[in-house]
Amino acid sequence: MGAQVRIYKRRIRSVSATKKITKAMEMISASRIVKAQRQVAASTPYAEELTRAVAAVATGSDTQHPLTTETEKPTRAAVLLVTSDRGLAGGYSANAIKAADRLTERLRAEGKEVDSYIIGRKGVAYYGFRDRKIAQSWTGFTDRPSYADAKAVSGPLIEAVRRDTAEGGVDELHIVFTEFVSMMTQNPVEKRMLPLSLDEVTRQVEKQERIRPLYDFEPSAEEVLDALLPRYVESRIYNALLQSAASEHAARRRAMKSATDNAEDLIKSLTRLANQARQADITQEISEIVGGASALADASAGSD
Amino acid sequence: MAELHVELVAADRKVWSGEASLVVARTSSGDIGVMPGHQPLLGVLKPGPVTIRTTGESGGGTVVAAVHGGFISFADNKLSLLAEIAELSEEIDVQRAERALERAQSEADAAAERRAEIRLRAALASAR
Repeated sequence: MGAQVRIYKRRIRSVSATKKITKAMEMISASRIVKAQRQVAASTPYAEELTRAVAAVATGSDTQHPLTTETEKPTRAAVLLVTSDRGLAGGYSANAIKAADRLTERLRAEGKEVDSYIIGRKGVAYYGFRDRKIAQSWTGFTDRPSYADAKAVSGPLIEAVRRDTAEGGVDELHIVFTEFVSMMTQNPVEKRMLPLSLDEVTRQVEKQERIRPLYDFEPSAEEVLDALLPRYVESRIYNALLQSAASEHAARRRAMKSATDNAEDLIKSLTRLANQARQADITQEISEIVGGASALADASAGSD
Repeated sequence: MAELHVELVAADRKVWSGEASLVVARTSSGDIGVMPGHQPLLGVLKPGPVTIRTTGESGGGTVVAAVHGGFISFADNKLSLLAEIAELSEEIDVQRAERALERAQSEADAAAERRAEIRLRAALASAR
């Protein structure tokens, strides 16, 4: 076998090994998307009931709460960025980071300081490499977030919003995550989470039902709202984490699918080249034999 | 007999739903019993067992659940119990809860101790 053929064979072997890995990852991600979607569906009843309860308090009384009141002149904002822990997911983390960068720039242009809170190793690495300050970060659960994770994330954030701005608190909380639209489409979105606009929550519920009964609050409207709002924020963050997880798996599946397709193409063209090289070797050998034989025949004919 | 529809939901799943004639839960200002036709209500729950007296095809029965904080809301004959963590009494492993309680007591972990205690109380309430 010629040297050329051997090199081609070796490359085909290595590409097909890679193809096997990417194919496996594609299939794992595909099954995880379904699981993540099921988790989103399982958390919906809680989120809906909670939204309804918040709307009930908002319409039933005109209570004020630190989490709903707009600061007159906001000077500091927190941005929560949701990225992934692991790579090989195409532009998933990069797109979310880009969206967060745009948001940060816009907030800075409005004259606000920005505190960055980051979920996911990729985001932490990006900020670490660029020497940017991270207020707090969480890693290790992005592909499978639980409610306890959402609670761990929202605790310090709510705490920061409640604190006075002068003492290091923030006036606003924005969240950047990747919305799961469908298997093929995932969009990075940015939302302002706090201060919460109660009107918006009410409008959301009123789409479904019209008449709101007058509620009896136990123990009082203020205390109910005080207990409700942090839970509401937690459930919104939980939802964002779940959607991001589904998006991450979808992005990884797509990236791995195109990697598998590329590997197939590469194997095909390498096989062609290897065949060509083998054929060239054979042709050369034949012409050498024929040439050698006729040279011998000429030599023996000359000696006669 | 009048009925009310009950939904018991935890943050990550729907725990129980069905018809009931009475629901007893503990709010931060005391125990409250909700029967069909109650005034619209929205209250903060204290960690503790919630008792649901069920009706329906299978006849009357009692469902007890351990609820770790949350809310109770009632309107239009629909009652929702929202909790970050909620477990039905039959889902609770008594021995495991007892072990957890002992461990929590020895480690002086107040939160874990409270959680284990609520589980045990709910399991006991349904056994009675």
